[in-house]
Amino acid sequence: MIPLETILESKGLSIAFGGHIAVNQISISILEKQFTSVIGPNGAGKTTLFNLLSGQLSPTAGKIFFKGQDITSFSPTDRARLGIGRSFQITNVFPNLTVLENVRLAVQSQAKVRYQIFAHYKHYKQFEEKALSLLETVLLNNKATVIASNLAHGEKRKLEIAMLLALETEVLLLDEPTAGMSIEEVPAILEVIKKIKEQGDRTIVLIEHKMDMILDLSDEVMVLFHGELLARGTPAEIMDNEKVQSAYLGGSYDEHLA
Amino acid sequence: MQQLRLNFEKSTWIYLVIASLLFILPFMMSGRSIMFLVMQIFIFGIFAMSYDLLLGYTGIVSFGHAMFFGIGAYSIAIVFDLNEPTMFYLIVGVLIAVLLAAIVSFVVGILTLRLKSHFYAMLTLALAGLFLVAAEKWRSVTGGADGFTISVPEFFKDRTNLYLVCLIVMVLFFFGLRRFTNSPLGRVLMAIRENEGRTESLGYKVLHYKVIVSVVSGVVASIAGVLYMLSLRFVDTSVFATEVTLDALLMTIIGGVGTLVGPIIGAALIEFAHHWLSDLSDVHWIFERWIILFGAVYILAVIFFPKGIAGTIQELYRKKRKKRQDNKEIKSEDKMAG
Repeated sequence: MIPLETILESKGLSIAFGGHIAVNQISISILEKQFTSVIGPNGAGKTTLFNLLSGQLSPTAGKIFFKGQDITSFSPTDRARLGIGRSFQITNVFPNLTVLENVRLAVQSQAKVRYQIFAHYKHYKQFEEKALSLLETVLLNNKATVIASNLAHGEKRKLEIAMLLALETEVLLLDEPTAGMSIEEVPAILEVIKKIKEQGDRTIVLIEHKMDMILDLSDEVMVLFHGELLARGTPAEIMDNEKVQSAYLGGSYDEHLA
Repeated sequence: MQQLRLNFEKSTWIYLVIASLLFILPFMMSGRSIMFLVMQIFIFGIFAMSYDLLLGYTGIVSFGHAMFFGIGAYSIAIVFDLNEPTMFYLIVGVLIAVLLAAIVSFVVGILTLRLKSHFYAMLTLALAGLFLVAAEKWRSVTGGADGFTISVPEFFKDRTNLYLVCLIVMVLFFFGLRRFTNSPLGRVLMAIRENEGRTESLGYKVLHYKVIVSVVSGVVASIAGVLYMLSLRFVDTSVFATEVTLDALLMTIIGGVGTLVGPIIGAALIEFAHHWLSDLSDVHWIFERWIILFGAVYILAVIFFPKGIAGTIQELYRKKRKKRQDNKEIKSEDKMAG
């Protein structure tokens, strides 16, 4: 087997908000075309780590590398153009446009047709076709003509994933795609993620709160606890890891449930 | 998709038929005042369309749109005042109006579009006020608050010619702006209206788009100002007044924000109402203060028809089409089941 390249890497990454250290000395490397899950209890620093990786926050210490290039000082837009796309926990779509138009706008931007004013937008048939195929990927193809604000919450998340896919970034940072979803909606979104994984051309990093859901999807699992990297390994290793069991699965998780 | 294309064609045909009816109107009717009224509708229709580019398509609230209208009116008036009113100077005047409007709207765009909604609205209000004061104080050129009359080229002295020119300009702008709003760039404008942050994160530079739409809208508004001056043959500081902006706002909202036909319908309604209700002032004094009535209509429209006339019609049409489609689907499913 060809050894996998590291695509995204952090070295001694830390951020402190006042006296509170949210992310403490985290050094991770994400392997190309792998499915990495970041898990941890509430307040473990998962989303903060994502914000650092995608550029929403700048670190107090440490560096971030993308394909060996130091991107610590890059803006979110620059990182997105380099190839790091992310989704947010909060749903963020164009509410009064159709589902298709939402995705089409993302495709159009990716194709760099940004200032064309003379042609009709339907002139670019390929955008619409690509948007439709992306909607198929996220299992929304029967909702193409629906106004986005009329979608159910879970469908909006799917739409957002389609828009993220349209940007064709190599790395996808998915921040709790199942957040705020009803239990009935969760399997559908997992199916979408599985589908993207099966296409096999992207590096996916997924934050998840509920660990059991992503274990069989992940190639590698990282466990964050109190802002520190507690453990990393294959799902099986993580399940057997005593530190993880006591810190996450045992103590805190039960506390959280209680 | 096929259906969409057909509908698109259909609406274009409807608009063309209406335009050609308006074309023969001056040859059917001879009433001077009614022709003047329809001409004003065309002019304010153009102006309101340009305002809707900002308000309805991009979601920018400007309270100073009158400044571009005034720039257009004053540019042409001053050029005719200083030179012979010939067709050559008409072109010069239009070019100056367009250029000035483009520069001002560009600067306004750069300076103020970085500000969030209500700060932008306030700043445009202040800027338009600045133009109003400048027009009042710069007596040697503008004639101050009294304004001045000017003669126009022989061609425009004929009411029918002027009417046709206004109509042609409106139709051209209507179709031109329709293409503009349906272009890839135009769709990004709507995205900005819907969710500015998301548009930015898709990789579009929002500021560029806001400046572009600001310039397009400003230039179109200045042409409306030019036509306004040609139709009145008189200009005074009222072209810079906030009322002009508010009229455009009213026309756009009653007609239908986010559509191009809406502002024209709104312009027609308001100009007609203005005309007829003022005539009714003999019946009851309230009709002289017709704007009071319009205030009420405006409030009712915002509450019950937030999409305006054109928007509501479009929505009904869309619903009907969807129903038809759904029925078709159900039928085909039945067939499959059978």
